[in-house]
Amino acid sequence: MDTFVYILQQMVNGLTLGSIYALTAIGLSTVYGLLRLINFAHGDLLMVGAYVALALPALGKVPFTAAAVLPVVAVAALAMGIERVAYRPIRHTPEVTALIVSLAVSVFIQNLFVMTVTAQPRRFALPEVLTEMASVGPLMVNRAALITISTSALLLILLRVFVTRTRLGIAIRACADDIHGVELMGANSNRVIMAAFGISGALAAAAGIMLGGLYGRIDPFMGFLPGLKAFVAAVLGGLGNLAGAVVGGYVLGLAEIFFVGMLPPGFSGYRDAMVFSLLILILLIRPQGLLAGGG
Amino acid sequence: MARRAVLLLAGGIAVGGMLWAAQRSLNDYQLRLLNVAGINIILASSLNLTNGYLGVFSLGHAGFASVGAYVSALLTFPVERKAMMIPDLPSWLARTAWPFLPALVAGGLAAGLCAAVIGFPVLRLRGHYLAVATLGFMIIVQTTAASLVSITRGAQGINGIPPATTVWWTFGVAVLCVYLTWALDHSPFGRAMRALREDDHAAQACGVPFLRVRLAAFVLGAAFAGAGGALWGHLITVVTPSSFSFAFTFLVVLMVIVGGSGTVAGPVVGAVALTVVPEALRLLESGMTVGAHRMPPLFGASQLVLSVLLILLMIYRPSGLLGGRGLRGAPGLSPAPSPGRTAAAGPRPPGE
Repeated sequence: MDTFVYILQQMVNGLTLGSIYALTAIGLSTVYGLLRLINFAHGDLLMVGAYVALALPALGKVPFTAAAVLPVVAVAALAMGIERVAYRPIRHTPEVTALIVSLAVSVFIQNLFVMTVTAQPRRFALPEVLTEMASVGPLMVNRAALITISTSALLLILLRVFVTRTRLGIAIRACADDIHGVELMGANSNRVIMAAFGISGALAAAAGIMLGGLYGRIDPFMGFLPGLKAFVAAVLGGLGNLAGAVVGGYVLGLAEIFFVGMLPPGFSGYRDAMVFSLLILILLIRPQGLLAGGG
Repeated sequence: MARRAVLLLAGGIAVGGMLWAAQRSLNDYQLRLLNVAGINIILASSLNLTNGYLGVFSLGHAGFASVGAYVSALLTFPVERKAMMIPDLPSWLARTAWPFLPALVAGGLAAGLCAAVIGFPVLRLRGHYLAVATLGFMIIVQTTAASLVSITRGAQGINGIPPATTVWWTFGVAVLCVYLTWALDHSPFGRAMRALREDDHAAQACGVPFLRVRLAAFVLGAAFAGAGGALWGHLITVVTPSSFSFAFTFLVVLMVIVGGSGTVAGPVVGAVALTVVPEALRLLESGMTVGAHRMPPLFGASQLVLSVLLILLMIYRPSGLLGGRGLRGAPGLSPAPSPGRTAAAGPRPPGE
């Protein structure tokens, strides 16, 4: 029974981490689907989201809803700004160019934060209401974890409705399919691409706040590794496949937690090595992703 | 052929003479900078093989350099110091201390071997999976170096590496690397690489073996990166898991692009320029005095400037400083593919 509870507990941890990866991966995958761009700066949007959330209480009394919504809006705007300033001028150049620019944007954002808020890690404390433990059956679960899991699920459902039911969502999928065809139909592809960046930024901000809450501290480089891991998650599910990115995110989160939880403590240092070995393994065996055919 | 031999000899004598003069007249700081410039030439030229000629973007140079540095450091480390500092080494390694040259070669070979292991799955695919896979490799190397305490001493790193690097070693390897690039540029293999970059389907139809050419270029580039890392370790005499980081890779990528990827001389120029410029920008980071006003130190400023430079360069002059054949139709970066080609050669993995 104890082993069972232990496994359940690890499941919750894995789902929490997986939710963050899923939210990150889906933004990465959306942008990739539209522009064939591996956006290295995506992870840094997580970091910006966390810092904006951290700065809010300092601004004085901010209602709770504002604290949750403002970073999301701010990072969505930032992502759209990056698209306009850095990615649009090079849109019709070879893929390599876009890759290099996204790399430069990532370094730019990181170092802008190093310069302004210093590289010193900051404490990222959630309100006490959120850190209390709640008991779910035999489990003791952090409320923040529950909120992370449920909010992510809600956001993913909303996104699903958005891309299947709304005009803009359908336009995004159409552009991913054939952007030139969509332009010939008279749609404004610039607006569609900008919207996609906005959505990816909004989801990244949410993921960044959750990540900050999970680790309790943030620094200007905190987004780098999760951004890369989200790419692994996206590849796991098949790049450009939105449902695949979500599944990949949860699989990766669970795999990471169980890798650490099930093996002797001596191996826990190899956690990140495991993730990227997994990437190379998938590319060897099943490069089209685990959910090939779908999407 | 005779003309080539004469040119090579003349070039060799010229470089040798300059090094001799440099060694006699420069102070320690300047010599160290010269060594770093030489190592950067090795790293940039070797990265240029994949990122320039092959048109496949690798971000693995930090990882490969790290492997080379650790292998060479462990092999050359004196036996009695190994017993003291790293007592848990496997006995065969604990009992040997190699001379510098074989250790340098071993470092290069080890990095090349790692490249073959990653390259084999990743280079079969079209698109830029290699960028992320090689960045992932860097993380694998870092975490392994930090966790494998019995061999690498973990986060402490290995210090007191024999300071074997001299300008003769660095520029010896650098000249070899640049010469190889030049020779490859003018060989059937070089044409095969460029053909794959411009249109891999057409190249394959002409009988160019896709995976073999890609893998050979990638492994060769990684081997030189390993040697460069080894030279770096024996210059600084310390290697830690974070010695070769993402910022390191970024700087090498920048050298290749600033100079002009897919050209022989471009990365060399880029390497020298980007060895000197960050030294100057370092003044910004440590804070400087402008007139009576004391500027506060701005950490990260040099990286910030470099990243803006890179973005502007990609927008306005994507072929780099020496990639002079027009602004867009540069040799290093083929013109934008037509929409039809994007669908065929795009990064969708096979099977989709």
